[in-house]
Amino acid sequence: MTTPALPPAAGGNATTSPQRHGRLALMLLSPTFVVLALVILYPLIAALRESLYLKQDGLDANGFVISGDNFVGASNYSAIFSGETATRFWNAFFNTTFFTVVGVSIEVVLGVAMALVMHHALRGKGIVRASILVPWAIPTAMSALLWQWIFQADGIANQILNSQILWTTEGFQAKVAVLIADTWKTAPFVGLLVLAGLQMIPNEVYEAARVDGANAWARFWRITLPLVKPALLVAILFRVMDVLRIFDLPYVLIGARKSSVETLSMLAFDEASKLRYGPAAAYATILFLYVAIVAYIFVKLLGADLIGEARERTRNQRRRKAKATAEPEEKEAVPV
Amino acid sequence: MTAATATAARPAARKSNNKAGKELAGRRWLSTLGIIIIVLYCLAPFYWMLASALRAPNDQADNSFFPSPMSLQNFEAVFGPGVGFGRNLLNSVIVAGVTTLLTLILGTFAAYTLARLNFRFKNLVAGIIIGTSMFPGVSLVVPLLKLFTDIGWINTYQAMILPSLSFALPLAVWTLATFFRQMPKELEEAAMVDGLTRGQAFRRVILPLAAPGMFTTAIITFIAAWNEFIFALSMVNEKEMKTATVAISQFTGISGFDSPFGTKMAAGVVVTVPLVIVVLIFQRRIIAGLTAGGVK
Repeated sequence: MTTPALPPAAGGNATTSPQRHGRLALMLLSPTFVVLALVILYPLIAALRESLYLKQDGLDANGFVISGDNFVGASNYSAIFSGETATRFWNAFFNTTFFTVVGVSIEVVLGVAMALVMHHALRGKGIVRASILVPWAIPTAMSALLWQWIFQADGIANQILNSQILWTTEGFQAKVAVLIADTWKTAPFVGLLVLAGLQMIPNEVYEAARVDGANAWARFWRITLPLVKPALLVAILFRVMDVLRIFDLPYVLIGARKSSVETLSMLAFDEASKLRYGPAAAYATILFLYVAIVAYIFVKLLGADLIGEARERTRNQRRRKAKATAEPEEKEAVPV
Repeated sequence: MTAATATAARPAARKSNNKAGKELAGRRWLSTLGIIIIVLYCLAPFYWMLASALRAPNDQADNSFFPSPMSLQNFEAVFGPGVGFGRNLLNSVIVAGVTTLLTLILGTFAAYTLARLNFRFKNLVAGIIIGTSMFPGVSLVVPLLKLFTDIGWINTYQAMILPSLSFALPLAVWTLATFFRQMPKELEEAAMVDGLTRGQAFRRVILPLAAPGMFTTAIITFIAAWNEFIFALSMVNEKEMKTATVAISQFTGISGFDSPFGTKMAAGVVVTVPLVIVVLIFQRRIIAGLTAGGVK
């Protein structure tokens, strides 16, 4: 953007001005919150309720056939953790976690590497910036098809690797195929976020370190990584939340009901498509809880302060009072 | 003695100079290599989609680098009669377009509020909005599928647009808020000193200035909505109402056994190339929009 890199407080800060606009804020926020209540809060509550019911046909006390939803309490949940379904559930749980942990780790390493290369690029900045957006712009379902094509038995991947792997069939190679396809699409995105973080590190810090005799490796570990950590953590949180709900990539690339890649989202979707809404809602609720717990732990443990700029500002103000120095991370405009 | 050391020192100095030059050349070479690797990494699979789309269907299994002879047969097949892909594209445009429009209208007010106004529970509001964007889509699918079945909304646009708001709205609010925040506050203060109400200042001063940011947000939201899969997949079972992404994933060959990858890749080109072009034109802005929310 062409906006000058003003620190947020320079123009007089909303939090410092004595005036409060509670009523106006309420008015302007209400349309958004009505919609969010409709499309998120209602389904959340409905799913919770749904997960306590099961569609059953039976006879009532007078011998009439009743069909419909019966209240079954927690039995949809207990059914998940017993017998066959337990195996399927834990498999899906493992797959989801596996994709998240392994996938995000690879993406972070690749993304940081890409960001470093782009940051120190002497020429070709334009072309690299253009090409890095291409995977991001391709719909996930489409990229899944593309990788399915690449991973065909007689496809280009096997030809380049000189191998005969049946990538898209059940087995560990299917997991690898999903990871590769996911990494291709998202590592550049992580790279972009990290690059924006890198560009906020003032050059003087490096110069000072160089004067002190720090080599490139030490500069990376002691300066770059700690200073880019906030941006990196936000990128990781975004990615973790995204992979935990992964659906379209394994669904299109490998297929439904394939145990080697079935995730919690796919499991819930499969139950719903069989009109077993109660169990589907139970799976969906478990997935939601899983995502919420991971997000909570993430924010608490690693201090990824997403929520807010408002909170960040009060913190910065406090910090600014303590030491009247400009914080490098306050620059808002990101010249890329 | 001193003369000898001086002459001995000189070549040494030249040597180190040379070494520095070599190091610089080496670094330049390494940097170029890194750039080439990244560009290849990002573009090679995309190129393969283009190349496969341009291959004649009979050469589909051919893995040569350039398609020869080049053929548009796959594209003809995509838009052939009975496929109805044109309709699928239109559906995608409608769903993603309306989602983007609604999101911008609603989101602008919320974003302005978060960026500029001062009220209690501001952190909570921001937290709720960012929290909703992490909501797993499938958790919405199950109850909404049942609800929409009951009220007869299956195979309608609104059944895809409404759930899409769940991820598009938080995304738009968040991106817009960062754009609003970047605008100097003095502008609207000056307008208000000049006698405009806050509403007028917003309409006449802020909104025109925020237009580039809103446009960028529109692109980012549109791409997110265009890429949406799980709602479009579950809320629609009629072929005519499917969006392009769902339709492509369900393309079948004539015999039902062979997978028409050439056709799928051609359809993929049709779906992605317009987006890629738009993204390339506005790359600077989009990168600013994508990263602005993340860096803070």
